[in-house]
Amino acid sequence: MQWQSLEHFLAMGGYGFYVWGSYAVAAAVIAAEVWALRQRRRAALGEVRRALPAAGRSA
Amino acid sequence: MSSVTTRPGFSLFRYAAPNVFYPVAGRMVPFFAVLATALAVIGLYIGFFMAPTDAQQGDSYRIIYIHVPSAWMAMFLYVVMAFWAGVGLAFNTRLSSMMAQAIAPTGALMAFISLWTGALWGRPTWGAYWVWDARLTSTLILLFLYLGFIALQAAIDDRRRADKAGAVLALVGVVNVPIIYFSVKWWNTLHQGASVKPGSSAMAEIMLTGMLVMVFAFWMYAIAAVLVRLRAIILERERRSQWVLDAREQSTL
Repeated sequence: MQWQSLEHFLAMGGYGFYVWGSYAVAAAVIAAEVWALRQRRRAALGEVRRALPAAGRSA
Repeated sequence: MSSVTTRPGFSLFRYAAPNVFYPVAGRMVPFFAVLATALAVIGLYIGFFMAPTDAQQGDSYRIIYIHVPSAWMAMFLYVVMAFWAGVGLAFNTRLSSMMAQAIAPTGALMAFISLWTGALWGRPTWGAYWVWDARLTSTLILLFLYLGFIALQAAIDDRRRADKAGAVLALVGVVNVPIIYFSVKWWNTLHQGASVKPGSSAMAEIMLTGMLVMVFAFWMYAIAAVLVRLRAIILERERRSQWVLDAREQSTL
């Protein structure tokens, strides 16, 4: 392994801002999508719960 | 009126029915989600702890492990989205249009990640976060095509017309994908050429391995996310149909 310490790892050879800036934002938007998907499913299930059977359908 | 339009005897059409695909998709989601997580852990371990520092770019190159996978997925998902939108347009199959609608947000997300990570990689490598170069501009257009598809569908109340309009936009926009791919060949550009070509690679083997593992991780994640969204879209569109109400009674949604 090339990292002598956690500081070295976080510094990324002086490119820490760019590397971690990339990974942090990518992780954040993926987490946001997962959260949004959960909300969307919850909302859809809520609408189904409130939905009445369509009028005139055969039982 | 029954919403079930399955044709017994032909299995492909059977799965094209939302009521048949809904539970199947539900069983597939955990599989792809677990696979995505495991591949991401392995890929990041390879990328950060096994792959060495690059001789020219130092450690800034480690952005590649999310930059290339997101860029590839942004292009790939667009083609898949346009394909299903086109199938929905041509054959009026409900599930195809829902699939296109389900892909668009994840595709936009991938395009955004590739642009963001590209900017943060471009700054230390070229000295600029952004340049109006062919590769970057065509990828920005890809993001706008995704956002345009989403906005267009959201603006039209009639679901069938929204699907048709979206499909036309998606199909016209497909022309942008080969432009992105070949842009580094066709124009003088700051962006480096393809490091990976069929049959050859300019990258060190361990870097390439880590990157490809991350490509599969992003791929599996995209499948899981799209399937979850597709299931929500099926419920949104079919909440009044009998199979949804039956499943509601049986608590199997």
